[in-house]
Amino acid sequence: MSIFNFFRATPRASAVQAKERLQIVMAHERAGRSGPDYLPMLQQELLAVIAKYVNIDENKVEVKLDRGGDCSTLEVNIELPAREQAKAAAAAKATEKPAGNDVGAAKRPAGGAVGNGGAKKRI
Amino acid sequence: MSKIIVMTSGKGGVGKTTSSAAFATGLALRGFKTVVIDFDVGLRNLDLVMGCERRVVFDFINVINGEAKLNQALIKDKRIENLYILPTSQTRDKDALTREGVEKVLNELSKDFDYILCDSPAGIERGALMSLYFADHAIIVTNPEVSSVRDSDRILGVLNSRSRRAEQGLEPVTQQLLLTRYDPERVEKGEMLKVDDVLEILAIPLLGVIPESQAVLRASNVGMPVILDEVSNAGLAYSDAVGRFLGEDIEHRFVTPQKKGLFSRLLRRSA
Ligand SMILES: Nc1ncnc2c1ncn2[C@@H]1O[C@H](COP(=O)(O)OP(=O)(O)O)[C@@H](O)[C@H]1O
Ligand SMILES: [Mg+2]
Repeated sequence: MSIFNFFRATPRASAVQAKERLQIVMAHERAGRSGPDYLPMLQQELLAVIAKYVNIDENKVEVKLDRGGDCSTLEVNIELPAREQAKAAAAAKATEKPAGNDVGAAKRPAGGAVGNGGAKKRI
Repeated sequence: MSKIIVMTSGKGGVGKTTSSAAFATGLALRGFKTVVIDFDVGLRNLDLVMGCERRVVFDFINVINGEAKLNQALIKDKRIENLYILPTSQTRDKDALTREGVEKVLNELSKDFDYILCDSPAGIERGALMSLYFADHAIIVTNPEVSSVRDSDRILGVLNSRSRRAEQGLEPVTQQLLLTRYDPERVEKGEMLKVDDVLEILAIPLLGVIPESQAVLRASNVGMPVILDEVSNAGLAYSDAVGRFLGEDIEHRFVTPQKKGLFSRLLRRSA
């Protein structure tokens, strides 16, 4: 589809698209206004759980969101290391970490800032 | 090393965000890896104009606070190669923009991008100051209207005294005028300041004149930078301005009332 078509020949008028886009994005914003922004914390806890079993590079974590009218999708892509490494890492971690589900206590890689952000939110 | 551009004006509602979206897209279209950053903390809008509002996960402030990695907050444009958006926070306030935090993010972006375009909020407070502090180039967005021209002059003063380049005695930030919402018909009737009037008062080089255009609203309705509307005057004027910014010699268009084309003259005759 050429850009020309996009502007001139879309089935829906641009104002209709404007309204739909606003309704979707604002519904999410209003819903989120009451509570804290949970995404940074969600990501951090998710990573902490996974980090118990495999070594992950925080720079290889991709988080994608698509907000929709009826449903939204959150996609978290984590690049895992090769299988052998993973096993070894899991074994190593299992011995060095206390048991339990205290994800907040999981060791963070360099740059403790991520941990701080999450900790602040927990209060 | 990338070049840092600030789109600034002092006054609100003159077209900074529209111009930031258009300019960033134009630079990317010419092959430069470009990121456009929203500095209007608490009043996020660049995402809407760029059409990526549904995909915002993390933002500039999350990155400054170490709550997310830069590459997680960057949104890759779905249409244009080389174009990225760094949205701002909708919930925090401008105090979240610390100079150290902004510098850290800009330094990291510098390694990867050719151009970093900062979309300034209105005013001359923290957000606006942070958006211009590290700039190498300033594009002054001005409407042909008294208060806008005065506010632009004020921002020029700020650039000359409170930017990093000014404070460190480096070569000054380059300053170019982008005159937007220009209506040649009203200018001809004497109802609007002429390009030359504004240039005379502000005394900075002219980067471009963007005509008042219905295409701008249409583009923002659908979340597409107007520069992609290649049949609109505003889109073409932005394209020219990007070319000039990159050093091309391009004549100014759309500064005089458009002559009625043959087609419309024929129509009138037959009507
Ligand atoms: N060339 C133009 N023609 C018509 N409307 C315009 C033009 N440029 C900007 N606008 C409109 O002006 C308003 C403010 O623009 P915006 O880019 O958000 O300004 P700012 O970021 O400076 O506050 C928007 O409604 C936008 O659609
Ligand atoms: Mg704006």
